[in-house]
Amino acid sequence: MSADVFADVPCVPGSLKPDPILVADSVRRSFGGLVAVDVEHVEVQRNTITALIGPNGAGKTTFFNLLTGFDEPNVGTWTFNGVSMNGVSPYKAARRGMVRTFQLTKSLSRMTVIENMRLGATDQAGERLWTAPFKFLWRDQEAAITERAEALLERFKLDHMRDEFGGSLSGGQRKLLEMARALMVEPEMVMLDEPMAGVNPALKQSLLEHVKGLKDEGRTVLFVEHDMDMVHEIADWVVVMAEGQIIAEGPPAFVGADQAVIDAYLGAHQNTDLGVTP
Amino acid sequence: MSQTLSNGLFGAIGVVAIAYCLAAIGLNVHFGYTGLLNFGQAGFALVGGYAVAMPVMNWQWSIWATIPVVIVASSVFALLLGIPTLRLRSDYLAIVTIAAAEILRLLVSTPNLKNVTGSTDGINSFTNDIQNSIPGFLKGRTVPLWEKNISDYEMWVMMLGWFLVALFSVVVWALMRSPWGRVLRSIREDEDAARSLGKNVFAYKMTSLVLGGVIGGFGGAILVIGQRNASPGSFQTQFTFLTYAIVVLGGVGKVKGPIVGAMMFWFLITVTDSLLADWTDGSGFQLPTWIMDSSNFSFFRWILVGGGLALLVIFRPQGIFGDKKEQAFDVR
Ligand SMILES: Nc1ncnc2c1ncn2[C@@H]1O[C@H](COP(=O)(O)OP(=O)(O)OP(=O)(O)O)[C@@H](O)[C@H]1O
Ligand SMILES: [Mg+2]
Repeated sequence: MSADVFADVPCVPGSLKPDPILVADSVRRSFGGLVAVDVEHVEVQRNTITALIGPNGAGKTTFFNLLTGFDEPNVGTWTFNGVSMNGVSPYKAARRGMVRTFQLTKSLSRMTVIENMRLGATDQAGERLWTAPFKFLWRDQEAAITERAEALLERFKLDHMRDEFGGSLSGGQRKLLEMARALMVEPEMVMLDEPMAGVNPALKQSLLEHVKGLKDEGRTVLFVEHDMDMVHEIADWVVVMAEGQIIAEGPPAFVGADQAVIDAYLGAHQNTDLGVTP
Repeated sequence: MSQTLSNGLFGAIGVVAIAYCLAAIGLNVHFGYTGLLNFGQAGFALVGGYAVAMPVMNWQWSIWATIPVVIVASSVFALLLGIPTLRLRSDYLAIVTIAAAEILRLLVSTPNLKNVTGSTDGINSFTNDIQNSIPGFLKGRTVPLWEKNISDYEMWVMMLGWFLVALFSVVVWALMRSPWGRVLRSIREDEDAARSLGKNVFAYKMTSLVLGGVIGGFGGAILVIGQRNASPGSFQTQFTFLTYAIVVLGGVGKVKGPIVGAMMFWFLITVTDSLLADWTDGSGFQLPTWIMDSSNFSFFRWILVGGGLALLVIFRPQGIFGDKKEQAFDVR
């Protein structure tokens, strides 16, 4: 069990990990007077599933936006695989292996499900201007991409929607499509913003297995989720955010019992001294 | 009546329709496939038109040598417009393109530039090479089109023009069925989705702006060659808006859209013009003069066309050939 890698990691905010894939330092983003994100230090261990939890408005989505280049912090530095990601545009972040999904889905309504999926594949000869007009130059690659896409659609129970427009999918199906499409990029790290919101319980279970499968493929998963059952079931490590700051870190069982976390969720004044937890 | 119809037929396939068709093919790349709000297609056409006329008049170039000039000049214009705006929200491109097109038009109209651009009169005698290149089977003949006679020069320019329409339509078709076109369509719908999947959205938008701009440039080139005159009056803002009307009429984001749209549009324009002229000329069937007379019927034509387009947008927003199913999913 990969939880072992956390054996020597102390359960304190900003704790150091043995082999971090993502390291963020004093990342701060404010909107006018409101400090949405103020992360002192956080590390995400490679090839694990890390959950990012916190009450509404804690700054989780904003933190995702910052890490993936969709928003710029006021101050702060962060590295992915040891390479600085400051000022790196979203598409470059994706190409470096950091792919995210959106809380408000961005499945493309006027494209079919399979076209949505194909769009996710990287390094397509057919996406370059000079090769695009000549179908024989990209036909084989397109076929291989389609095959991969169909396999993923099947796993996400979307294969029957293959040729429907994205706009005809239900809310939950859009979530699934977006997640499947992100996997078409074959990212090293997948960042999912509330992947299970609106997904029915039966499918949820199979998706959980699928997320676990991502780890077995060697990927790193960072996901935002409000559903604590899911967090308990698949997360190796949990990072808790409240009012922009990391207030606790630890394995799921530890975090659920942490007083600061309970306070944050219950809305108590959370500036309590975290102290040393047993 | 057959006079009216043959006028309409000529309007549908004549040089002006071809020029607008090319401009519409370019605009369709911008607006139809990529979602770029280019309100300065008249500017691209102007650049293309003057790129042909100016080197011939000022430096005695062969007109054929100006083909690369059309490509380079329209590309440079696209880069100048795109670099500062394509990273911003889409409205900025709209503002900058409409302003740039007007600035260019006023610039070439400047009396101080009379020697270079011909000012408001424009440039005339630059089409000798085209005249001399008329192939033997056409030379000296007039081609009858029903009750209308087309001169050898006009026919030759029409042939060149339709060749360009076919060429660019094939290019656009080949590009838009490819994964490259798929990226453009994803950008049209949601740039951030495309970015999150590793697509360099700025580069794609820039390429689209250049490609559509160059095609629009050739539209301007055909227009000035067909009219044997390059003058600012041909490239007023209405050029852009008529081009939009053509794109919408034919079907946004469809390869045949601009062709069908341009032909229908110019057919209707010419026929209504011809009919209204007939009905206000003082003989035969006449419209009551309190509705219109021979001095103002051409304004009424535009009112009729405008009303027709408004009805089209209301009752058939996908255009004549657009896909209703696809249109049903509102994106914004
Ligand atoms: N573009 C913006 N402009 C102004 N304020 C913003 C903006 N984006 C986020 N905020 C504010 O930043 C704070 C954090 O928002 P964020 O969306 O990151 O929360 P979250 O943790 O993802 O919450 P949820 O669980 O509800 O999705 C909120 O108070 C929000 O109002
Ligand atoms: Mg959120």
